[in-house]
Amino acid sequence: MSQNLKGISIKVHDMSLRDGMHPKRHQITVEQMKSIAKGLDEAGCPLIEVTHGDGLGGASVNYGFPAATDEEYLRAVIPLLRQAKVSALLLPGIGTVDHLRMAADCGVTTIRVATHCTEADVSEQHINLGRKMGLDTVGFLMMAHMIEPEQLVEQALLMESYGANCLYVTDSAGYMLPDDVTARIGLLREKAKPETEIGFHGHHNLSMGVANSIAAVAAGARRIDCACGGMGAGAGNTPMEVFVAVCNRMGIETGVDVFKISDVAEDLVTPIMDFPVRIDRNSLTLGYAGVYSSFLLFAKRAEAKYGVPAREILLELGRQKMVGGQEDMIEDTAITMARARGLRDKAPGASAA
Amino acid sequence: MKKIKCAIIGPGNIGTDLLYKLQRSKVLEPVWMVGVDPTSEGLARARQMGLKATDQGVDGMLPHVKEDGVQIAFDATSAYVHKDNSDKLNALGVMMIDLTPAAIGPYCVPPINLKEHAGKREMNVNMVTCGGQATIPMVYAVSRVQKVKYAEIVATVSSKSVGPGTRKNIDEFTRTTAGAVARIGGADEGKAIIVINPADPPIIMRDTIHCLTVDAPKQKEIEQSVKDMVAEVQKYVPGYTLVNGPVFDGNRVTSFMQVEGLGDFLPKYAGNLDIMTASATRTAEMFAEEILSGRLTLEAA
Repeated sequence: MSQNLKGISIKVHDMSLRDGMHPKRHQITVEQMKSIAKGLDEAGCPLIEVTHGDGLGGASVNYGFPAATDEEYLRAVIPLLRQAKVSALLLPGIGTVDHLRMAADCGVTTIRVATHCTEADVSEQHINLGRKMGLDTVGFLMMAHMIEPEQLVEQALLMESYGANCLYVTDSAGYMLPDDVTARIGLLREKAKPETEIGFHGHHNLSMGVANSIAAVAAGARRIDCACGGMGAGAGNTPMEVFVAVCNRMGIETGVDVFKISDVAEDLVTPIMDFPVRIDRNSLTLGYAGVYSSFLLFAKRAEAKYGVPAREILLELGRQKMVGGQEDMIEDTAITMARARGLRDKAPGASAA
Repeated sequence: MKKIKCAIIGPGNIGTDLLYKLQRSKVLEPVWMVGVDPTSEGLARARQMGLKATDQGVDGMLPHVKEDGVQIAFDATSAYVHKDNSDKLNALGVMMIDLTPAAIGPYCVPPINLKEHAGKREMNVNMVTCGGQATIPMVYAVSRVQKVKYAEIVATVSSKSVGPGTRKNIDEFTRTTAGAVARIGGADEGKAIIVINPADPPIIMRDTIHCLTVDAPKQKEIEQSVKDMVAEVQKYVPGYTLVNGPVFDGNRVTSFMQVEGLGDFLPKYAGNLDIMTASATRTAEMFAEEILSGRLTLEAA
């Protein structure tokens, strides 16, 4: 980190009310959303993501039914904010352009269209529409560690060609090390249009959230996802208060007040956690083996039900190269593993095959 | 034995796989392949296999429909041109099996409502989507036992098996499938999710079907119903397998399926495409049997 990043201005983007829905099993209440969002706004955070953890339309048996609908959250939060804008995530295959229109109608100014890193071409209709509606339109390539930088850039440029004005390298598994980030962001910065913004979304599964985000800034990223209090899937996202403190020390400008944001983390976010969002043997495994961070709680539940350790389920999901969205395969894999281990009795209903 | 003559519109992967399946049929005989590109490999292959072929679209075949006795046509092109194709062929008394997402005719999921459609002399039936064919029978397997208030399906397909048309309009898949999960599957509300997995070697299609029942699930009856339904689908898709389940968790009933294709023209992993061509073939055979037995006469519409 020898580069002098002093004076560089970046935008931090809060994830605690969207990625943070994962460790909360999507049960953050409207009141909690409102109070945290107000705190973030007052601390100077410029952009806040609000939806179900799996994006617009994520309410499902497969990912979990939330405490309130996307629309209820958005309509409650947006009018309260003085300066902050609100973004919404959309995964084609789960949400549709109808959800996008609804979110825009609620006052969302940024739409982030997310696909697995090799499947950018399913985002065309959503990115097209986002741009046509005049939204800040982001192409968000998940599990970006799974492919080489050249291939990733090729996919990102597809999203740019559909109209995305910002392209994200998303480390959904928290697997990347700073050099991996530098290689991907650096090449993307070189190949994308100069006016296209570059972003990075990290997970803290190997404790690399802050270091990776700084590497991203050094390589040309100007939008960085963080979660206040680190509340996100797996071991959480890059903790915003820590990242902002590091930026202050380095002279990178975020516009966020380090003490105010630490107060939001401590007084508002941490108290609502159902368990400490931190690195334990399971979240470590996500980062170590390159597994989608949102799989964590599903694997823990499968462990409780079928008697196969969550870590081993996660490793098996990684071996099978499961991608984001395949949460259904966690129970399926656990049942199959339990059967192979003679744990059949613990797996009711596993006998019908 | 007399066979009913068929035309395939769209000489791509789906059309060609369909051709292989029709050639094995005891009651169907593919006689025309219709395309729009003179350099199409699929048209050339169809010609080699003894079919008549045109690169002039449906218009290129229309003058020959009567003399060649075409009675059933499969449309494996796109939603945009389907209505036009269907109108022209229906006018000549040719019934249409629609593999596009156009869905101008009623949805057809063979083990659930094929007999009913044949009885009603439908001139256009739609095959829903690959995810729909793979999952709706399992929703129905639960809803025929007891009331299902919500059904949700997750279809995971290999990246290599998802063509550019689906990718450009993936919302059409989620919307159409969700609608048919409710309407044909028999749930009050339906939801569909599609996930594309790029693993290499490609994964075989997986489908998970979640049903939420109104009252506590009648486990024994549902287990039997699911087993019977799997056997029913296996009649035309032998690689349709219940991997795990049904799992009962409160009012949730979940079945985990795998769909391996026959590997006719499409690779075996592309069970999602195979189940479409197999369902379409099964549908046409039912109509053909009705025509051959004299119970059904197709009339110009």
